[in-house]
Formats: sequence, C-alpha cells, structure tokens
Amino acid sequence: MSELLQVEGLEKHFPVTKGLVFQKEVASVKAVDGVSFTLNAGETLGVVGESGCGKSTMARCVARLLEPTGGSIVFEGRDITHLNRADMRAVRRDMMMVFQDPYASLNPRKRVGFIVGEPLEVHGIGTETERKRRVQELLEIVGLNPEHYNRFPHEFSGGQRQRIGIARALAINPKLIICDEPVSALDVSVQAQILNLLKDLQQDFGLTYIFIAHDLNVVRHISDRVMVMYLGRAVEIGGRDDLYVEPKHPYTGALLSAVPIADPQAGRQRKQIVLEGDVPNPINQPTACHFHPRCPRFVDGKCNVDTPLLQPVGTGEQHLAACHFPLERWPMTEEEMRGHLATPVEAGAAD
Amino acid sequence: MSSLKVTDLNTSFRTDDGIVKAVSGVSFELREGNTLGVVGESGSGKSVTFLTVMGLLDPRQSQVTGSVLLDDEEILGASAARLRQVRGRRIGMIFQDPMTSLNPVKSIGWQLEEAVLIHNDITRKAARQRALEILKQVEIPRAEQRIDDYPHQFSGGMRQRVMIAMALINNPEILIADEPTTALDVTTQAQILRLMKQLQDEYKTAIVMITHDLGVVAELADDVIVMYGGKVVEQAGVDDLFVKPEMPYTWGLLGSLPRLNASGGRLDQIPGQPPSLLNPPSGCPFHPRCEFVMNVCRQELPALERSTQGVEHLFRCHLDEESRARIWERKKAGLVQETAA
Repeated sequence: MSELLQVEGLEKHFPVTKGLVFQKEVASVKAVDGVSFTLNAGETLGVVGESGCGKSTMARCVARLLEPTGGSIVFEGRDITHLNRADMRAVRRDMMMVFQDPYASLNPRKRVGFIVGEPLEVHGIGTETERKRRVQELLEIVGLNPEHYNRFPHEFSGGQRQRIGIARALAINPKLIICDEPVSALDVSVQAQILNLLKDLQQDFGLTYIFIAHDLNVVRHISDRVMVMYLGRAVEIGGRDDLYVEPKHPYTGALLSAVPIADPQAGRQRKQIVLEGDVPNPINQPTACHFHPRCPRFVDGKCNVDTPLLQPVGTGEQHLAACHFPLERWPMTEEEMRGHLATPVEAGAAD
Repeated sequence: MSSLKVTDLNTSFRTDDGIVKAVSGVSFELREGNTLGVVGESGSGKSVTFLTVMGLLDPRQSQVTGSVLLDDEEILGASAARLRQVRGRRIGMIFQDPMTSLNPVKSIGWQLEEAVLIHNDITRKAARQRALEILKQVEIPRAEQRIDDYPHQFSGGMRQRVMIAMALINNPEILIADEPTTALDVTTQAQILRLMKQLQDEYKTAIVMITHDLGVVAELADDVIVMYGGKVVEQAGVDDLFVKPEMPYTWGLLGSLPRLNASGGRLDQIPGQPPSLLNPPSGCPFHPRCEFVMNVCRQELPALERSTQGVEHLFRCHLDEESRARIWERKKAGLVQETAA
C-alpha cells in the first residue's frame, strides 16, 4: 500500500500573551505537541482522545486550515507544510473535510444545490449544466432525493444535513477525507446510517479517511488503524484489533475501561478502571509524560522526568506506545496496573 | 413502596404551526432506591415527560392531563407553592449542561446554601456547613477553598458534580438526571456514574436516568422504559430488555450500536428519522421506519402487552409472539457473529 500522508513531529502552539500595548508571550498552549503518523491509501485512521487532546487542531493543521508552528506534513510525496495559498489550492482538491455540527457547517442562506456544488465552482470544474448534474448524482449517492436540490439546510434533519456535508466533500473526488466527529451530534439510529454510508463510499470510491471521534465504539467500527491522543501527543497507535484487544498504554486501557458496555451482565462482571482527576489544562502541561499525574503505573523519578517516546510494543504490526511501563496484558484492573515492577523499556529495544 | 407513580400522562404544546403532542399516554412506576433508565432519541418525549412531572412547564403554553403520584400525593396540577416545596426537597433534578443550569454570577457556595435555606429553617452558617459537607461527598478537591469559586472556574466534570451536590443537598427521595453525562468525556463520565451509584447506595435515592446511551442504561438502571414518538413502546427490567427485547425499535437500537468487541461489518441501521410530533404517524409511531410493518400498524396503536420473558415486561407491537421470537433470534445471531469474528 502506498503512503498517502506522512505527518512528522507536528506542532501547533498558541501563544498566550500579556499586556495591552507591548504584548509579551508568557505561556503557550501546546495544543499539538509533536504528533507523527503515516496514512496509507484506502485505509481509515481513527483518532481518539478526550477534550483538549488536540485531535481537532491536528486535523485542521493537516488540512492547513490552521498553520502548524512546527513539524512537517507530506501529502502524496509532496511537502505541503509551507505551501502558499495558490499551490495549496490544488492540493485541496484532494483533501476535504466533514465537520461535526451539521447545523453549523452548512450556509443557512444557500440552497443545498449551491452548497454541494460550491467545490466544483471554486475549482472551475465543468459547465453549469455539468455541475448541476454532478450535484444531483452526489445527492443520490449519499441517499438524498436529487429533487431537493433547491431546498435550504433548515428543511433537512441533522442526519440529512450530515449527508449534505458528505456530498459536498465528495464533489471533486478527493483522495482523503478528514471527518471531524461526523456522527457525534446525531441520534444513535441515524449515526448507524451515516457510518454505513461512509464505509460504502470508501469502498466505492477508494477513499482514505482520518476519522476523529471521542466515541470508542464508533472508532472501533470504522477504523483500520487507531491513534490515541492525550494532551497534544499521540500516546498509542496501532492496528484496530491490536489496540482494542491488547492496549499497551495505560491511558488507552483506562479509556477502554471507561466505556459503558451495552450488556448489563458483562458490565457487572468487569472491574472498571476509573481515573482520578480531570483532564489537565493544555496551558499547564505536566512534565515529561503528560499522563503521569493520573497514571496508575506512575513511577516517581522516571515518568515525571523522562519523556517517553513512541516505540514498538506488542506483537502487532506497527503497534507503538509512548510509555516506560507498557501494559503486559489486557484486561487488567487498576490494582493489577499498579502492581508492576517492570524495568523501563529502553528506547529502541525490540519487544 | 413506590416513590413515584405516573399514570396516563399527556403533554401537548400549542405552537404557531399547530399542536405538538410531546407525551402521549405515558405510565410508569419508580420504586424506592431503584434506578429507572429512560431511553429515547430526539423527539421521543423523554425530557418533556419529566419536565411535566416536576411542574416545570409554562401552563399558558402546555396542556397536561394524567396523574403523578409522589408517595400517594397527587402533584400534577398542584399549586405553585406546593411544587416549590416538592422540587429540590423531595425531587432533585440535574440537567445536561451544567454551565447553563448554574448561576454564573453567584459562587457555588451561595447557590448550595440557597438550596438548603429555601427548604430548611436553619442559619446561614449551618447551611454553609451542609454545603461543605456535600461538596466533599461529591469529591470536589479542596472544598473549603473552592466553595467560594464561581462556576466558570470549574471544569465540566466538576460542575456536574456541583449540580449533583445541589440536587442531593436536601436528601431528596428522587433524583431526576436528564442526560447528565452526555456532554462529558468518557473518563469523566465513568467518574460521575460511579459517584451517582455511591450516593444512591448511601442515601437510598431513587434515580431516573434519562439518556440515549444504552451502555449507561445497562450500567446503572434496574428498570428501563423505551420511548418513541411521545409514547412508551417497551418497558422491562434491564436484564430482560437486553436479553429479549420485544419490539422492532428496541431491536433497531440494540442493532445499531457499534460495539467495542465487534469488528466492522454493517450496522443494523434504522432507515428514516425520528417522527415529527406536529404530525405524528397514525397507529404505531414507529411504523414508517419499521421493516416488519403491516397494514394494521398504520391504523391502530398496538396496546401494551406482557412479554413471556421477565416480570412486568411490557411492549407495543402487532407482530405475534412466534414471529417476534424468530426475528430476535435471527438478529441476535447477526450480533453474535460480529462479536465472534
């Protein structure tokens, strides 16, 4: 499989300034703090994490909707990190986005036909008649009635509006679609429709997805590989089955354990890991390993001193975790997690 | 002993576009110390049902009929004065977004004290003691310092804990929680749900947990009612509901859940979208989306009937027992296949 996207050491720092006239930078919100991953053509990379982990910011940096402050983005072999607007415009034909809020991502004053056809117009593709035909084709592909071409967004339900957003993203045959929480705002029964649709489209059109979500069940369902983010960094990345069956990073374990199970008996039988404390503030990041204040496996003097790097763990292909004391097995209870006496895995050592 | 007994509740709103029948003929019972899960999607009527129970609807815009018995006292249509005594003292309520339910210009200490002073004839100092006590119980760190902080100084999870504190400060018999963890991260949700379970164990509070998340229901509820289009379409003990759901909407809900232990494949989607309550479907509210729809479904609302599985397991469906059992076995096999793969 060819590599469609390579992100290396991506950083997005927002300066926090003080003073009215002479602005002095006093702190930095390190929203994305060195994230690296590759994406192969035709696959779906799920990105999970909680508030403030930087997943949305990372996605916007990849799409150059925000300017990265560090690192590089290589798309189809071309470094697009610092491309100017004109050059970037050509790249944008291949990289589209679907957003979370179906009520905010469509211009309420424009008809659906216009909204879906806008990318075609912006990139100067086709005549007006050809564009109209393409739009109707797209509406049908996403399961909407092509005769609703002249309706306004408010005449559609949330799920339908999300379909419109997807149709718009498909309009110019992109290679990569970045989906930022596309189903979070939808009812469960509608969510399933949209997920099925996205999977069908991927097969029919050979699409590659970056799929950002906080719902681990949804990510599990749609992804080939998954990246877990915490406070600006990738803490674990691996094949879907590897990560969900044998998570290596304690945070991934805690995340999986926190998800309520839709099965009362199974839920009663397991011992859930409940992390203490809140997700910390990206301005005041803990030293070294960002997760150390909440980690059941924390070792004083190591985890708060040496920043763990992403390194190969487990037996899975391309399964990496940034932890000095990766989990030996799964499932584990919190007590089992604490009771480790492992020596830290040295960077570069094979498992 | 039942804490709350709702019988044949109907709520309609008069709007510019017509009459919206938000709640139709809803009945259920909440027992002392139990947790009732209320499951439904947009427009199911789940939130309006409990706003009606609490008397929080504007009587100029809404029409309500039915009965709400709080320990044998009828509170539907009670006087404003009586309702004020009940709310916050016997029934506490917490909502989805803690930022909009907490007063942003008053410290949380002030708001907690207010909740106590309205219902108890004690000094401000004693009220503050009580506030501190409950803040510690909901695990707010450094409660003595934080009691004078304002809502915006707390994170989402912390604010929700403050909401829970405020709802429980007067030891109500019943706590109504409307999507309390929907806006929270999953690890924070786990903390809040654990906290609610602990407090329930300690205070023996009956909880109504309104949610669209079947996982939360499975974890917390003893009994469940499933609402659709303003009506109760199924109700059962939590184990019974997941073992043998009896009607197509519940099957659809369970089937459309992506699961942690499944591996891709197609989700059992329900076509279409939740119904408009301005123009509700005739007969069974689910019929426009039901893959097993028959003619009778379009004409007649199926009555609540008893399931052979479980005690007090009721549902609405025109399909016969044999067909339903057969269909569920088939769907279950589909779900199990996913898991085994």
